[in-house]
Amino acid sequence: MTDDRLAPPTFDPADAAAAAQRFAATAPADVHYALVDSPVGTLVAAATPRGLATLSYEDFHGGVDAVLDDLAARLSPRMLEAPGRLDDVRRELDEYFDGRRRDFDLKIDWSLASEFGRRILRATAAIPFGEISTYGRVAAQAGNPKASRAAGRALGANPIPIVVPCHRVVGTNGKLTGYTGGLHRKVALLQIEGVVLG
Amino acid sequence: MPQPPFQRFLDAHRDDVWRFLVVSVGRDAADDVFQETFLAALRAYPRMRPDNPRSWVLTIAHRKALDHFRARKRRAVPVGDLPEVAAPDGPEPRDDGVWERVHALPPKQRAAVLLRFAGDLSHAEVAAAMGTSEEAARRNAFEGLRKLRQEMTA
Repeated sequence: MTDDRLAPPTFDPADAAAAAQRFAATAPADVHYALVDSPVGTLVAAATPRGLATLSYEDFHGGVDAVLDDLAARLSPRMLEAPGRLDDVRRELDEYFDGRRRDFDLKIDWSLASEFGRRILRATAAIPFGEISTYGRVAAQAGNPKASRAAGRALGANPIPIVVPCHRVVGTNGKLTGYTGGLHRKVALLQIEGVVLG
Repeated sequence: MPQPPFQRFLDAHRDDVWRFLVVSVGRDAADDVFQETFLAALRAYPRMRPDNPRSWVLTIAHRKALDHFRARKRRAVPVGDLPEVAAPDGPEPRDDGVWERVHALPPKQRAAVLLRFAGDLSHAEVAAAMGTSEEAARRNAFEGLRKLRQEMTA
């Protein structure tokens, strides 16, 4: 204690960290997220009470902080890191990469996709494991056979890759064209599913 | 500019809030009041004034600490003459005891000393948190500090 000051109290930062972790695990945020390691890189998984809203390849979207800033702007800033709330997502992804799961059984929140995008993504979700389709066919299934370019754009903006298997959609000539995590990941996912590329 | 993710806000301010609460409500109650503080902050977060988030969350912590003492007072069973201000469960024993004596100060001086020196807020921020003038905040902190010094040297 000096004339005009009082030394701040001492405290254990580990206690503060533990209290913050308890808060993040239990508080009712609008968005809960977790970092998920996978054979195709680190993914940012984020869910709302309605379901999984995104699964993002962080390195392809400017890093984890950039992904989180974008979600805060587009969903809600009330976001907390709560891995326990994404246990089902992590488990199903692990099973998929282990070859023990062919279909995902997760609730989805489609709010990051446009109206047209949702139709394209739903049609894409119906493509079975280990099979491929084309942008034209997906567009036709979404109700607009002429919209294959728009379908490509909607799939490029797929907020939930892997779970919504946009890697199973290729060009009419069998070309891989693009992927929201880089083409090497599209190749890796198709190989996991046993697709032989011509 | 949209608000950054709340997790970043929590990470940035958890130590400041914890340090403030460890002395204002004591180590044992600090966790409960910490949870209450950030729950209230989470609810109000989209409306937060972005210019001073630290002062904002410490003001919430200050109010939640007062709520905590009020609730404790309500729960308490009267058993004759008790000191005016209940001593909290005590801060970390490493301190020289000065923070325990803070609780014997009159409420406004106590609040000003806690916000100024445990919360490390400026006098202007203390004034905003307590709803007083800056001059009153300065005087309360000064008077509180003077009393503590007298007791410590007595």
